[in-house]
Amino acid sequence: MTAGDEEVWVDAAAGPLVRPYTVTAGRTRPTVRLDLLSLVVATGRRPREMAPEHAEALACCRAPTSVAEVAAHLRLPVTITKVLLADLLDCRAMTTQARHTAADPTDRALLEKLLDGLQRA
Amino acid sequence: MAFNEPDPSAPSPTQVKILIAGGFGVGKTTFVGAVSEIDPLSTEELITTASAGSDHLAGIEGKTTTTVALDFGRITIEQHGIVLYLFGTPGQQRFWFMWDELSAGALGAIVLADTRRLEDCFDAVDFFENRGTRFLVAVNEFDGAFRYDPDEVRAALGLDPRVPIVLCDARDGGSATAVLRALIRHLLVAVPSASV
Ligand SMILES: Nc1nc2c(ncn2[C@@H]2O[C@H](COP(=O)(O)OP(=O)(O)O)[C@@H](O)[C@H]2O)c(=O)[nH]1
Ligand SMILES: [Mg+2]
Repeated sequence: MTAGDEEVWVDAAAGPLVRPYTVTAGRTRPTVRLDLLSLVVATGRRPREMAPEHAEALACCRAPTSVAEVAAHLRLPVTITKVLLADLLDCRAMTTQARHTAADPTDRALLEKLLDGLQRA
Repeated sequence: MAFNEPDPSAPSPTQVKILIAGGFGVGKTTFVGAVSEIDPLSTEELITTASAGSDHLAGIEGKTTTTVALDFGRITIEQHGIVLYLFGTPGQQRFWFMWDELSAGALGAIVLADTRRLEDCFDAVDFFENRGTRFLVAVNEFDGAFRYDPDEVRAALGLDPRVPIVLCDARDGGSATAVLRALIRHLLVAVPSASV
């Protein structure tokens, strides 16, 4: 693998770019701060008008779901997904739980639980 | 589409995040897929020609854009109310704009290495060292790859003697899970025991 090959790989991944820009009308900045692990959930309220991608996002968030997972299901870049989710949050078709608090890497009890859980996995 | 639907009334679980870094083709996607309870999901993040800096999304529309793969997996530890998320993405310096968000709040990281191309993980090692993110190096043992002694890998990467080096087969769930356990044990070493 040369550096040149890798450039090709990255560019090859750029296929779906036209679609995201259409969906978000060129917007790339979400109006609500979301991170990859923010959980979003549909409220049941349906916006009067929405793009198919909004409907898809709502459909996969019947239970609290992380932003990263929504992006993966929609097959859209994370940034674009955040814009769509922010639209849905703005019109209260979705809610987000408080932004997740970072786990403390020095929390012994947490680490021991993780180790125990991974032992059985 | 099969979704794991947790009870919405249940208390929200503790979310923890572990990162998988390494060069292209080192086995990140394979690793995440081997341990994840959901099919490995792949998403992407936008890269712009102006990706450096915190404001990298401003005015993105007019610039050349492309994307970088981001692997995503999940392990639910039901009995302890923990959900472990795994994120895999290339470690090269030009992707560091993504690593900022990824590494924020991460418990730790696994740097996957292929002994045929050890230099591919230099950037990831640098990043975590500079960030103070605790990590270990997992050597993915490809068939036919020369088996380096862990000490040789340590010397080649200039690793601190405390950073563990483990061997794994990223295709094997048991082997990949053992790497996750090794990382947690590494994190535990730094935590003083409560019962002293
Ligand atoms: N023999 C062998 N092949 C592997 C191993 N891990 C990954 N591979 C293969 O190496 C290739 C690249 O792996 P992939 O996970 O896509 O790498 P990534 O670019 O880091 O995501 C794939 O064809 C895998 O099947 C391993 O431990 N042993
Ligand atoms: Mg991959």
